[in-house]
Amino acid sequence: MGAPPSTEISRRDFLTTSAIAGAGLAIGFHIPAGRRFGPAPAAPFAPNAWLRINPDESVLVVVDRSEMGQGVTTSLPMLLAEELEADWSKIRIEFAPADKAYINPMFGMQGTGGSTSVRAAYTPLRKAGAAAREMLIGAAAITWEVPVSECRAEKGAVLHAASNRRLTYGKLATKAATMPLPHDVPLKEPKDWKILGTRVRRLDTPPKVDGSAGFGIDVKQPGLLVAVIARSPVFGGKVKSFDATKAKAVPGVRNVVQVSSGIAVVADGYWPAKKGRDALDVTWDEGPTAAVSSPSIAQLFTQRADQAGAGATARHDGDAQAALPGAATKVDAAYELPFLAHATMEPMNCTAHVRADGVDIWAPTQFQTGAQGLGAGIGGVPPEKVKVHTTYLGGGFGRRFELDFIKEALEASKAVGAPVKVIWSREDDIRNAQYRPACYHRLQGGLDASGAPVAWTHRIVAPSIMARVFPDTVKNGLDGEAVEGGVGMPYGVANVHVDYLLTDTGIPVGFWRSVNNSFNGFVVESFIDELAHAAKKDPYEYRRDLLGKAPRHLGALNLAASKAGWGTPLPAGRARGIAVYKSFETYVAEVAEVSVDSDGTPKVHRVVCAVDCGPVVNPGIVEAQMQSAIVYGLTAALWGEISIDQGRVKQSNFHDYRMLRLAEMPVVEVHIVPSTDAQGGVGEPGTPPIAPAVANALFVLTGKRIRKLPIGKLA
Amino acid sequence: MPPISFTVNGKRETVNVAPDTPLLWVLRDTLLLTGTKFGCGIAQCGACTVHVDGVATRTCVLPVSVVAGKRVTTIEGLSKNRSHPVQRAWIEEDVPQCGYCQSGQIMAAAALLAKNPNPSDADIDREMTNICRCGTYQRIRAAIHRAAQGA
Repeated sequence: MGAPPSTEISRRDFLTTSAIAGAGLAIGFHIPAGRRFGPAPAAPFAPNAWLRINPDESVLVVVDRSEMGQGVTTSLPMLLAEELEADWSKIRIEFAPADKAYINPMFGMQGTGGSTSVRAAYTPLRKAGAAAREMLIGAAAITWEVPVSECRAEKGAVLHAASNRRLTYGKLATKAATMPLPHDVPLKEPKDWKILGTRVRRLDTPPKVDGSAGFGIDVKQPGLLVAVIARSPVFGGKVKSFDATKAKAVPGVRNVVQVSSGIAVVADGYWPAKKGRDALDVTWDEGPTAAVSSPSIAQLFTQRADQAGAGATARHDGDAQAALPGAATKVDAAYELPFLAHATMEPMNCTAHVRADGVDIWAPTQFQTGAQGLGAGIGGVPPEKVKVHTTYLGGGFGRRFELDFIKEALEASKAVGAPVKVIWSREDDIRNAQYRPACYHRLQGGLDASGAPVAWTHRIVAPSIMARVFPDTVKNGLDGEAVEGGVGMPYGVANVHVDYLLTDTGIPVGFWRSVNNSFNGFVVESFIDELAHAAKKDPYEYRRDLLGKAPRHLGALNLAASKAGWGTPLPAGRARGIAVYKSFETYVAEVAEVSVDSDGTPKVHRVVCAVDCGPVVNPGIVEAQMQSAIVYGLTAALWGEISIDQGRVKQSNFHDYRMLRLAEMPVVEVHIVPSTDAQGGVGEPGTPPIAPAVANALFVLTGKRIRKLPIGKLA
Repeated sequence: MPPISFTVNGKRETVNVAPDTPLLWVLRDTLLLTGTKFGCGIAQCGACTVHVDGVATRTCVLPVSVVAGKRVTTIEGLSKNRSHPVQRAWIEEDVPQCGYCQSGQIMAAAALLAKNPNPSDADIDREMTNICRCGTYQRIRAAIHRAAQGA
């Protein structure tokens, strides 16, 4: 997802330490306006820091980002453990509560998204580990009455070589907590790394292979009830009236209560709650969105695109309008992309207990600050009385940055006076989301006699996520996030004009893996391919020759082309397509090898991916994230479409909102560009290039340019 | 509602629930075995896969009355201490990402290997139809081959 405006807060400037009475050493950072972390003997295990070393030698790392598959429960502890010289086998993890100490410095809120986790933690967590290490060494030196300079730390212990003495961190923890806080401890050089940069196995794998990992849907509480909610079939609709008689007749149904999103049927378990919900009689006031259907949205988009001069200018270099008429070759194209649902494997759910003295929320959430604020508002208690227990997330992809499912649990719990778990069915999940925006793009390109592009115009007509979520960031009709990647078009063209027409459709839009890059990447990388073919040039060489001022794009492009054997013969019926795209400060190029089955189904055999994300924390995780992002983008490119009929979503479950399965999985080869450049994220940047790489390959095979997604079966 | 009895992970259980209740929700809400997951409710995704008399079965559409007298194994009962070759292979290959579908994937893979100890890629393609939204398929395939070699 995109980054909301960042604040000036810099965690690393506010290193603090707190002694844990008789129990160990805690070290962390805090923000001056936040809670104070003085010595806290009354609450020795209050997780107000990233690190807790216990006398039993366990090293607890508090993970302040949500684990939704991207590997933060491993990559964040790696950062800290490297500088701490910890024994990796002793690392334990725990999820952070909602607390100002854990604000994501790239958001100004506690949340996980925008492929920010490692980037944001990269320096602060290493500094936390380094400071702790120096305090442990200092404690050993005092114990042994030797100079600090004669001691060193290694694998969870401090050593004094001259006397062959060794003290483990567990034994030193209490004394270390009394040591003065060191300032500006130099960080290790990458050449000295022992943990960072290696394929450390994930710490969350063992509980994920025996069923013990606790997801939101697995929360158990005494007296817990389960709610299933009837929501308006039309976006924005309201309850006109309801009759609970039939719902209450279902054995196991305890209560039927109205909440802001609809009617909650509260029961002893999911099955009676769902049966009760299905038996419920509700009359809806459907509201104005009942007049909206996919064809009317498409018509609205083209009408808006026709409004000459009406767009908000997002980029303007030279004078594209003046340059176009004189171009030797002109290419016009319009692209169309659909709404997309996230379809996390774990359907939306949340457990809440609203009491007079406080609120507990157990949630698979990407947004702890938002959950806490909502709990305070609905519970009528101060935020510090709202405990947010983050569970494992069965997929996030931006969907769990939303608060709708949390609000429902809070309202239902408040209404019935008991802990309530709201569970969405898959149909609820597909039909009540905040979708990747549907959108429409119109482009014009002009080439000179040699085929080089001299003009590029790109008009983006799309609903704005930021207009819903952070409306203050939309200025003069321009959502800067919505044009990302369109503005960042990296090819050397003298005359460029990109504009934007914010166009609301009544269908809610939200963050979806790689967000607006998911459509702008497809459009820009398809259109440059169109220009290459119009110029009768090789699409890889054409891109390469235009990336002289974009070295990191070029590096990724060249590596992917070389590893894919670009230009070498393929079996009959196969073709390659290429794309390169930057998002979340990471540069990814992909080459897809594609064929078409006899029934017209596209088949992707192999994807070669080159990624430049700057310094790599865990290559195994980078590789997994590229594979994952490619599958996510490929699923959408081939089959993904949410269509609207009279304000209702037509699709409902995996039989009509199709997912890629194992038999359709291409072989994905990931190659990392060695890089010491600025660090980027890895959760999302693999997604944007795959749709254009596949579509570009299909053009080579069929001669037909794909300008509308999903690709589906070819005629 | 007459009580319904069956064996879960070697233990005899008797439940008093509506006979149309899917086995999935009896496992999760009545027996508190939450390792088996709810994904779609229409037997499309396989997150709810368990073994019924040794056969991989999607339980979100399976009425509990059907398993009366039968032997059910869930992910919690697949092995002690994650020692099943499939679980060991999953750890070796670092398969899970979000992990939500993995109980079902592992149960499906264990059933596949029980009847076909050395499956080809084509066998894996045909038998492993569970959905993984994180796209761990490549590592799932590698882990099944590894498990076939004894993990």
